[in-house]
Amino acid sequence: MKGLFCQLLLGFVVLPVSCGMAIASDSEWELSGNTALQLRGFSQDALWPGQNTSDAEVSVSGEWEARWRSEEGDQRGSFIPFARWDENDDERTHIDLREAYWANEGLFYKGTKIELLVGINKVFWGVTESAHLVDIINQTDLVEDIDQEDKLGQPMVNLALQHDWGLVNVYLLPYFRERTFPGRDGRFRSPLPVDWDDAEYESGAEEKHMDFALRYSHYFGDVDIGAYYFRGTSREPRLELASNGRELTPFYDQIDQVGLDVQYTRDAWLWKLEALLRDGYDESFMATVAGFEYTFYQVYESNADIGMLMEYQYDDRSSQEPITTADNDVFLGARWSMNDTQDTALLAGVVVDKDTSETFFNIEAERRIGDNVVVELRVRAITNAESDEPLYSFNQDDYIQLQISRFF
Amino acid sequence: MKRRNFFSAAFASVLRLSVVGALGASQLLLSPVMAATSEESMPDQVKGFDIAARSDRSDRGFGDSEAEMTMVLRNAAGEEASRSMRFTTLEIPDESVGDKSLVLFSTPRDIEGTALLSHAKMLDPDDQWLYLPALKRVKRISSRNKSGPFVGSEFAFEDFTASELNKFSYTYLQQEACGELLCDVVERIPRYENSGYTKQLAWVDTTDYQIRKIEFYDRRGSLLKELKFEDYRKYGDSYWRSHRLIMRNLQTNKSTDLVYGEYTFGVGLTDNDFVKGRLARLR
Repeated sequence: MKGLFCQLLLGFVVLPVSCGMAIASDSEWELSGNTALQLRGFSQDALWPGQNTSDAEVSVSGEWEARWRSEEGDQRGSFIPFARWDENDDERTHIDLREAYWANEGLFYKGTKIELLVGINKVFWGVTESAHLVDIINQTDLVEDIDQEDKLGQPMVNLALQHDWGLVNVYLLPYFRERTFPGRDGRFRSPLPVDWDDAEYESGAEEKHMDFALRYSHYFGDVDIGAYYFRGTSREPRLELASNGRELTPFYDQIDQVGLDVQYTRDAWLWKLEALLRDGYDESFMATVAGFEYTFYQVYESNADIGMLMEYQYDDRSSQEPITTADNDVFLGARWSMNDTQDTALLAGVVVDKDTSETFFNIEAERRIGDNVVVELRVRAITNAESDEPLYSFNQDDYIQLQISRFF
Repeated sequence: MKRRNFFSAAFASVLRLSVVGALGASQLLLSPVMAATSEESMPDQVKGFDIAARSDRSDRGFGDSEAEMTMVLRNAAGEEASRSMRFTTLEIPDESVGDKSLVLFSTPRDIEGTALLSHAKMLDPDDQWLYLPALKRVKRISSRNKSGPFVGSEFAFEDFTASELNKFSYTYLQQEACGELLCDVVERIPRYENSGYTKQLAWVDTTDYQIRKIEFYDRRGSLLKELKFEDYRKYGDSYWRSHRLIMRNLQTNKSTDLVYGEYTFGVGLTDNDFVKGRLARLR
């Protein structure tokens, strides 16, 4: 098993050590990952010309994780390739390096502990559930899921400075990752497909523009807070009609952005706020997601918990900016956790646009089978989308998805 | 993809797995006399508190510790499932603040890398952060859920957390044999809010002052669970740790065993190892 994995690692020729050496030494390797079979069934025929006419879609994915820690424990590394094959959409069939980094935590400067991380990594910022507004370091791997929670690995140099008064992170991001978009055959696409391999940039340096981010995070009693400044290439593209008139071309602007995330935790309440101010292509704009989560524990004397969620999404960007659907929307959700041996859980939510009544339904359920298999069911649907609204593009893409994942 | 959601709620409470090996352990060492002044006229209560305090004191000064633990869950039909985790604890010398602890799961594999950081408090709710590796997300969680099950086991969150001396009021009942030892039997009633228990009975041996057994009585006053502490081993001069805890639910016939590996003391941990910024850097 280990030998096989090492051959795989060597195949990628990324880690500077041979597997035999690494395993023979006292440093530690942890190997894990999962493979998954995903089946999607669509309730309606595809809307746009060129899309695959099949109502079903089979897809297979794998993620392999190799983690290393030095004998002294102060250095670590990570190597996580990801791959997906999709029967219908060539663009969804893709590979990515989610992580490939080396980090040294044993550095000190004037009594402050510093960690230096070099390589590809994933970083998450934020507190809300219905949208991840302030999260900006990693590009969205949109072909994976329209919920935008899947991210592409981001090359970076990261310095983390832990003080008594909080954590300061400095990020230098030397290479930009283009957002993935479904191909002509795929579901969940705009009327014209996006030719994302042919992106255009405001910066002359294009994807080699050096982006920068500085973040502070800490907590004060019941309040957790994070704030950051980002300068560089917008992760959200504007989509322009390509010169051939048959495709859309992503255009990435240079932006300045400040972001804030706050959570107040009291009793069974979580109060959450994310907000950002962005100076980009058109004018500067602000956006926010704010709300709460309240949990009823051991409902009706069972072991189950039920959490109620409500969030409001607001965004005052102009129509010249990249399109957002979260401009004046209310999210209502419920989370049911059985707290059983199989960790059965269900999350149901609905997002309603207050201006247009566009409504997005989402149900996610999951349960472990045995020790190593997880079965996950998702149902997503859109109603009330008018033809001039962004969600209308996905209007006939209501679907049910069954995923069976084997972990190792 | 790794699982994203379930843990947020499943974990929504206090956890101090770190001290479960020595339920008598605590940072808070009220002088027994001080705490008992209001109960002076009731000698059984003073004696009960003294027994608990003596057990508690036997664990003072351990500094920090680290251990691997396997949790074996058994249903009424005898079917088993297991979880494994590593936990580290930092003792905080200041008696007005609680210990800090970190739990890192390694199995089941779909939750591998999930971690929970706790800063225990005395009277206020604990501060807790959960790390969800699939999103690499750190989430502050509520510590309101005392009586809910911990990761589907027969252990409630409060079974791990309620180890501080002053979280209970005590009454001495009697002395009786417990295996080869002699035990003091002490009744303890939770003083904290939202407990699932009306009372507990604890058997504390008179030789090493360690807890050997606890009975838990539910909100209706019926016997709910029985916890046995086995395989006590002594570290250094005075630190006892049970390496096998067996919790049996007498109403459902389900049970959960906690099996500990060797403890390591003096790891050299500091406050910086127990900050939320560490959670994404544990593996």
